[in-house]
Amino acid sequence: MKILGSEITPYNTYLNRRKFIKGSLASAMLATVTSSAFANHESDPSVYSKNLNENDKLNSYEEITTYNNFYEFGTHKKHPHLNSGNFKTRPWTIKIDGLVKKPQTFDLEKILSNVTIEDRVYRLRCVEAWSMVIPWQGFQLSELIKMAEPFSSAKYVQFVTVFRPEEMPGQQKRTIIWPYREGLRMDEAMNPLTILATGLYGHEMPNQNGAPIRLVVPWKYGFKSIKSIVEIRFLDTQPETSWETLAPWEYGFYANVNPNVNHPRWSQGTERRIGEFKRRETLMFNGYEKEVAHLYKDLDLTKFY
Amino acid sequence: MFSTRNFNRSKPILFILILFPSLLWAYQFVTGNLGVNPIEKLMDELGLMALRLIIITLMITSLSNIKTLKSIVVLRRMIGLFAFYYVCLHFSTYIVLDHFLDMKFIIQDIIKRPFITFGFISFLFLIPLASTSTNNMIKRLGFKLWKKIHYLIYPVAILASMHFYVLVRADKTEPVIYMGIIILLLLHRIFKRLTRPQLAQ
Repeated sequence: MKILGSEITPYNTYLNRRKFIKGSLASAMLATVTSSAFANHESDPSVYSKNLNENDKLNSYEEITTYNNFYEFGTHKKHPHLNSGNFKTRPWTIKIDGLVKKPQTFDLEKILSNVTIEDRVYRLRCVEAWSMVIPWQGFQLSELIKMAEPFSSAKYVQFVTVFRPEEMPGQQKRTIIWPYREGLRMDEAMNPLTILATGLYGHEMPNQNGAPIRLVVPWKYGFKSIKSIVEIRFLDTQPETSWETLAPWEYGFYANVNPNVNHPRWSQGTERRIGEFKRRETLMFNGYEKEVAHLYKDLDLTKFY
Repeated sequence: MFSTRNFNRSKPILFILILFPSLLWAYQFVTGNLGVNPIEKLMDELGLMALRLIIITLMITSLSNIKTLKSIVVLRRMIGLFAFYYVCLHFSTYIVLDHFLDMKFIIQDIIKRPFITFGFISFLFLIPLASTSTNNMIKRLGFKLWKKIHYLIYPVAILASMHFYVLVRADKTEPVIYMGIIILLLLHRIFKRLTRPQLAQ
């Protein structure tokens, strides 16, 4: 299985490129307190643009960081941006347990010193029928799975978001059953497109986007890409996931972007790309059909939505 | 203070106050100041405004039962017509800006998605209300028939709040508050009905 070269830039291409985006003072201050182990890097947006499909244009940093679904900070799109200021993302650990050789808790810094941070420019398609194009920095989830050494009996991976109602005001209300949980089938988790992201646009991952580490699964609806992960469990049965538990008739475990399977609230045939006026057609698997369609060749996607 | 004359006098000010948000949003939309997803924002604001105005017309009727506030009822028609105005803007934003007049898609959307069905029926029911809101119409139809037509405001309010309720993905607090107010106002009417004949005896 190959990833299109057009969609990924090797980290090396601009390892030494240390331009600040628009010379923002805030980002400069951030960089000075950033531990090098977090392995993020500033860069010139034009670098990302080279890796775009013809029809795609990067969304701006402002669009990506002020319009978010992250109910831990509130249910309105602007809430995560407004309410995530007190969220502390350091120190950060990730607990690995379930069907693994040795259950353990890793420091995030330790994980990051063992992986390669790359740039991935991905389309993000929300189940609410809007989409963006985001330049992430992160590493393949498969790298962490190898570090975790799961048994061959592990068929699924479950992810859990941090639960800190004192720092995440949305969690003080039971809008969803906290903590947020998501899951992937092992082959989905091992797919090279699946990454754990630690930054975007060369900045540390902003709190509202799921700092310090979040999943990005670009062929699935956005809610699968769980944020602020503190626990990863390896299981032999399909795990419960938050939205599926809340409304199983609306959200499935797979949640693959599919214009032919409608949601009771949103037609999934079209989407609004943030920044564009007219809707555009939604692509099968969000345009990553070549990379992932083989994972589902024996699955009835209308039943397993 | 709460005389008919004073309520009538306040009308021009109220008119401007209620019209103003639509002008502001239109201006913000055109100048790109409605945030990251302006079409969604515009639709949400217009719809919420319409629902609030519908609820206010129901409140006015209830308030006018209080002796000193009897005359407030002279404001009801204007606010009701403004509710219709905002519903029309909300609906045309959906048709023109959101779906670019793709009628095939829109018709499917209305049929298939319950929340859009609720909103659409609510809009349809408002048409006879708005089009009979003149003194002349009351005369022509007779007050009894006119009043019967205007009972449509109850299904309109209930459907509009359901439209909002179903739309919200989680944390239904806000739509539930609106539904609660509507239910209280309807209960007040039922209570009045039940007690009035006894008083008459």
